[in-house]
Amino acid sequence: MTTNISFLLNGDEISYEVKDHWTLLHLLREEMGLIGTKEGCGNGECGACTVIVDKLAINSCLYLAVEADGKTIETIEGLASTDGTLHPIQQSFVDNGGIQCGFCTPGMIMSSKALLDENPKANREEIKHALAGNICRCTGYIQIFESVEAAKEPVVENPVVENKGGQNE
Amino acid sequence: MNNYNVVGKRIPKLDAAQKAMGRAEYIQDIKLPEMLYGKILYSRYAHAKIIKIDVSKAKALPGVHAVLTGEDVPKKMVMGFYKDNPPIKKGKVCSFRDEVAAVAAKTPEIAKKAIDLIEIEYEELEGIFDPEKAMEKDSPLVHEYHKSNVLKLPWKLHYGDVEKAQKEAAFVVEDRFSTTWVTHCCMGTSGALALFDAYDNLTIYSNTQIPSLAQKDFLEALKAMGLENKRARVIKPVIGGAFGSKLDTYAYEHIAILLAHKCRKPVKITFDRVEEFKATSTRQPAIMHIKQGCDKDGKLLFRDIKMVLDNGAHTSWGATTPSVMMMPITSLYRVENVRYSAKCVYTNNTYAQAMRGYGNPQATFAIESSMNMLAEKAGIDPIEFRRINRNHPGDITPQNFKITTCGLDLCLDAVEKELKKNGSNEQGVGIGIASLIHVGGGARIYKSDGCGAIIKMDDYGKVNVFTGGTDMGQGLDNITAQIVAEELGLLAEDINVVHTDTDVCPWDVGAHASRSTFVAGNAALGAAKKVKKKLLKFGSKILDAPAEDLVLRDRLIFVPNDPEKSMPIDKLLRKTHFSPGGTMLMADCFYDPDNENLGQDFKGNMSMTYTFGVHGVKVKVDEETGKVEVLEYVAAHDVGQAINPLLLEGQVYGGVIMGLGYALTEEVVHKNGEIMNANFRDYKLFTAKDAVKIKAPVLETADKDGPFGAKGIGEPGCVPTAPAVANAIYDAVGVRIKDLPITPEKVLAALKEKNG
Repeated sequence: MTTNISFLLNGDEISYEVKDHWTLLHLLREEMGLIGTKEGCGNGECGACTVIVDKLAINSCLYLAVEADGKTIETIEGLASTDGTLHPIQQSFVDNGGIQCGFCTPGMIMSSKALLDENPKANREEIKHALAGNICRCTGYIQIFESVEAAKEPVVENPVVENKGGQNE
Repeated sequence: MNNYNVVGKRIPKLDAAQKAMGRAEYIQDIKLPEMLYGKILYSRYAHAKIIKIDVSKAKALPGVHAVLTGEDVPKKMVMGFYKDNPPIKKGKVCSFRDEVAAVAAKTPEIAKKAIDLIEIEYEELEGIFDPEKAMEKDSPLVHEYHKSNVLKLPWKLHYGDVEKAQKEAAFVVEDRFSTTWVTHCCMGTSGALALFDAYDNLTIYSNTQIPSLAQKDFLEALKAMGLENKRARVIKPVIGGAFGSKLDTYAYEHIAILLAHKCRKPVKITFDRVEEFKATSTRQPAIMHIKQGCDKDGKLLFRDIKMVLDNGAHTSWGATTPSVMMMPITSLYRVENVRYSAKCVYTNNTYAQAMRGYGNPQATFAIESSMNMLAEKAGIDPIEFRRINRNHPGDITPQNFKITTCGLDLCLDAVEKELKKNGSNEQGVGIGIASLIHVGGGARIYKSDGCGAIIKMDDYGKVNVFTGGTDMGQGLDNITAQIVAEELGLLAEDINVVHTDTDVCPWDVGAHASRSTFVAGNAALGAAKKVKKKLLKFGSKILDAPAEDLVLRDRLIFVPNDPEKSMPIDKLLRKTHFSPGGTMLMADCFYDPDNENLGQDFKGNMSMTYTFGVHGVKVKVDEETGKVEVLEYVAAHDVGQAINPLLLEGQVYGGVIMGLGYALTEEVVHKNGEIMNANFRDYKLFTAKDAVKIKAPVLETADKDGPFGAKGIGEPGCVPTAPAVANAIYDAVGVRIKDLPITPEKVLAALKEKNG
């Protein structure tokens, strides 16, 4: 069984004939060649496959491709500007050591984006909550939290200062 | 204070933007024309005879290109240093992860379907799952040909006179500790892609930490297949975490090679997460009996340790972890009389491998828990007790380790200061510390501990460094780039580090033993020094100034305070090519540290220098539920010199959180050899919600042998974590948990026993 679906992917209108059992992850990675979205467990447990569907971070390994019909989808490939400038969250992950092996990174960044789009002033607890479904084995999460915090809209009273190292949660 | 321009700076990872954009290509992302998908069938029993295999239905399935069983594996294709592990088993299976068949098919779906169509008749045999029972005389044998379940390995040493020291000791403690299976949980699962060219030369893409040694294994595999004098090229895609898991070669790599050769097409095998849990190796589980004693003033007199290690059904590097356990056993603190023996025992469980710390976390759990027990018995404050016994620069330990720089005292001070800053008398709150020693200047496990580097400068002031060292996420590329940039007066971004391909990269023994910064760093530095010499010689001619007056900095070559004598380095480089009698600016260096193999008595200065650290933790124990909450964590390390503090902190934070999982939550649960929790719901990693505050004071002792003074720091973060936590729990509620992980159930049971 196949179904024709249309959706907005990183700003582009896409029409695709998908098999009904395909996951969104399969459609993105295996059919469309968008390898930025990773499969870490295939079971909705690790968050490596996180993409944003209609502003919500979801595990694309559990999301059927047919469900994408009519939706607005953002993947890691759509974040940087066409001139090559990284999205502020991407840049912040780069600058603050939020990336080691990088396999969890696209999912982490997409979860972070969904959070900050919704709640630009998210505090540490809210960040931890939003990233609770994204597993990272390398960083111990600390520099990921710092990356998300540094990517927030700057608050004038409490400017984001450069991490002097080793003294932050 | 040093005055470096690039070294010591918080320079973001050079590949981070690529990863942040989702452009990094892992093994999962690589597809080649005509590529087939391989899939492995595993045993349905922990221990069974294979009576019959019928692959006819699988072979008949459209889209299936090949089906292999143990019969198709060449006799001499056997894996692991003990050579007890053929990539597909024949006649008998000894664990649930034993491979019994494999297929290659056009799509992953067909491959899976084909696997399901293979019919195997087994005759189940009695299994043995407890290593202590497996040592008994009438125990079933895992491998009949081996005659005994105890491996023939030499792990036994005795320095000084433990019996005599025991008689002289004023205080003695003795206990049994145990650690269980935990696993690496790399976010990128394992995989390999093999293909042959028209001349039967092999190219294999694989997640490996040991490209040069893997190349050797694969050449042996080719030889076993009758392919003599062929080439094996190992290409590393971006590695999605390793932590020791990729320090050996595995069945999936050998099977991909066999399938690719049989099908004459590229064959890729990638693991799903369940397979990653079930068919990759764990940290070595250990049962540890420890006895220690000190005199009335707290001077440690002896340490006596016996271990039994569950080897599982086959042998990989896990069985050699005692060689590293010897390090903390003989050399963490001054102790003259030491005895140690370890037996590795076959069982029908999964087999162990290297994992961050390589035996050190297990041994340190026993030693540092016991140190606190001894301190208490002697009536000495546990931190003071460690100060009394700490190592000093210039010490030669009983194992002949030469302690050069040693910041253990500085680490103790830093941790004590932090931990005692906010004193608390709150009920259920306690503090604990534990120290570590680890190799920090390479580790001569093989005859060579070397690494090669080649540097090539181009016309535009850019540099390619071809290194044997492996970046698997930890950031060796940055360390290499910063070292080379510092030496050549360039910026880190001017340096491109190539470490991915054995066809172009020089030899290295692999990314293990926290050796890469030290060994690969020194190799890159050695090559950079040679290039620099050439650059200065040529610059001296062009700028008409003595070479010794010239400085390389900020992409310029110049004589300080002489604006006339200055030139951009790229311009000078072009002149080297576009001048009569031109030259290329290239150099190579093979750095093999001046450390020693352990002798037959296990004595020998294994590493050029040793990394020290102290971890301190404050916990709160809920006496109603047994749950342990980590309130504060401080991890102080003597790193020699931080080449990149941003990355260094990442290593420490990541190590500590991995160590906290080891201490509190992680266990690969086995039931009669079968893994019961092969998923992230039931295998409890620390998540973002569980992450704790960590302070990571960095102490710099500028080691004379390290590149710019640096020592290795990849593993130490997870070495003393578990005993620090166990000691804090004891301080908080007076119960000592001796078996990892320290689950709420164990804490509650101990509290119940204590309170009666």
